[in-house]
Amino acid sequence: MSNKVVVIDYGIGNVFSVCNALKQIDADVKLTRDKDEILSADRVILPGVGAFAKAMEALEDLHLVELLNQYKQLERPFLGICIGMQVLMDNSEEFGSHHGLGFIKGTVVRIDKDTQENLRVPHISWANIRPQIGQDENAWSDTPLASFKRDRESVYFVHSYHCKPANLDTVLAQADYEGVELTAAIQEGSIYGVQFHPERSGGVGQKFLQGFMKL
Amino acid sequence: MKHRLIARLDVKMEHLIKGVRMEGWRKMGDPRERAINYYNQGVDELIYMDVVASLYGRNNLSNIVRDVASEVFVPITVGGGVRSLEGVRDLLAVGADKVAINTAATLDPSLLTTISDTYGSQATVLSIEAQRQPNGGWLAMTDNGRNHTGREVVEWAAEGAKRGAGEILITSIDNDGTSLGMDMPLVEQVSQAVNIPVIACGGVGQTDHVVAAFEQTDVSAVAMAKALHSDAFTLSSLRDACHSAKIKVRDIAQETSHVQ
Repeated sequence: MSNKVVVIDYGIGNVFSVCNALKQIDADVKLTRDKDEILSADRVILPGVGAFAKAMEALEDLHLVELLNQYKQLERPFLGICIGMQVLMDNSEEFGSHHGLGFIKGTVVRIDKDTQENLRVPHISWANIRPQIGQDENAWSDTPLASFKRDRESVYFVHSYHCKPANLDTVLAQADYEGVELTAAIQEGSIYGVQFHPERSGGVGQKFLQGFMKL
Repeated sequence: MKHRLIARLDVKMEHLIKGVRMEGWRKMGDPRERAINYYNQGVDELIYMDVVASLYGRNNLSNIVRDVASEVFVPITVGGGVRSLEGVRDLLAVGADKVAINTAATLDPSLLTTISDTYGSQATVLSIEAQRQPNGGWLAMTDNGRNHTGREVVEWAAEGAKRGAGEILITSIDNDGTSLGMDMPLVEQVSQAVNIPVIACGGVGQTDHVVAAFEQTDVSAVAMAKALHSDAFTLSSLRDACHSAKIKVRDIAQETSHVQ
């Protein structure tokens, strides 16, 4: 199994931390936006913090939308982190309505959209992750979460919006925030997205990245 | 929601320092070693403050942050002397996740909006140094309590949140470094005034002080400096105290890390 991973360099946020966390688990990290590097990669990570529209704009300006679509056709592992996860959806309601990559059906909404609770937003906290209630025992097998103990291990969240997939089967993990079920991880085929920050979630986050490197 | 336990490291040049009521600084060790030590103990977050930055007009922590961010995999907030978008960009580029703004925001509150619009509210922390007033209430100060801003703390916190801050760091100057406990009315009033997370700082000397802050106020996180630097207690004993009091914090003992 190769230990190579490409991190997409598109000027949106925490690439420094993502690359360092990957180096810590002995991954061979390449930070690039080069077409050949991306299309020949064994696995790709799309990081990102900040605003949805800015992230999409950067992907469009750098001609990465078409490239990521080509990469998707190869059915190799892909991981979007935070905004890198949210842009996988069809669209987002953050500051108006914006189109995403549409790799996974659904939308991105403010975390307090469907609650009467007076939530503090952004949500900034460590939270345990778990499969959806009623989800299959083996839901996490063969995913980067395979070695995780359900609802026992916490990861770091910092966000105001989260994904609402149209097909609930694509929800891989959830986390609770004062009664709101946050979408913590999504999966469709070889495409993964996580709302939390594995690169900022200590040893548990590194365990997640190791799981992704094993795909 | 799990409450966060944060280590705060005040830095002067290359030294970790700590004073009482933001005066009489003593050297407390190496700011890199201490941070890595706290990370290994399972701290939830780190805050670095350049306490002399405003004197020099810039933040001098880039080298320390770059080194620490390569070895510490929890969020890092950096503050002190940040007064422009470029200053924020430079700190984020070396591994800071959030930047704390105090003086520059009191002079021009629109800076909070500019930073938030560019890097997101989650990266924009409004740091407030609060000094209790003889007739009640608190005034916001800058430069380690030396200069008045004329702003009332609770109002300023609310305005900061409206202008785009994603988090408030509220430090009690009166309680700072005393180890006598936190200014609970301050922490509670600021927490009630805003709809964003609040980090309380100043006065923690024993685990009971942290437990009390979480039990009696709606604060999201507590930041500690002297209590940790002087080994008054360990982070694991603090977690145990929180768990005993049924306060939700990260349960490190339940977690399994990556394979080395």
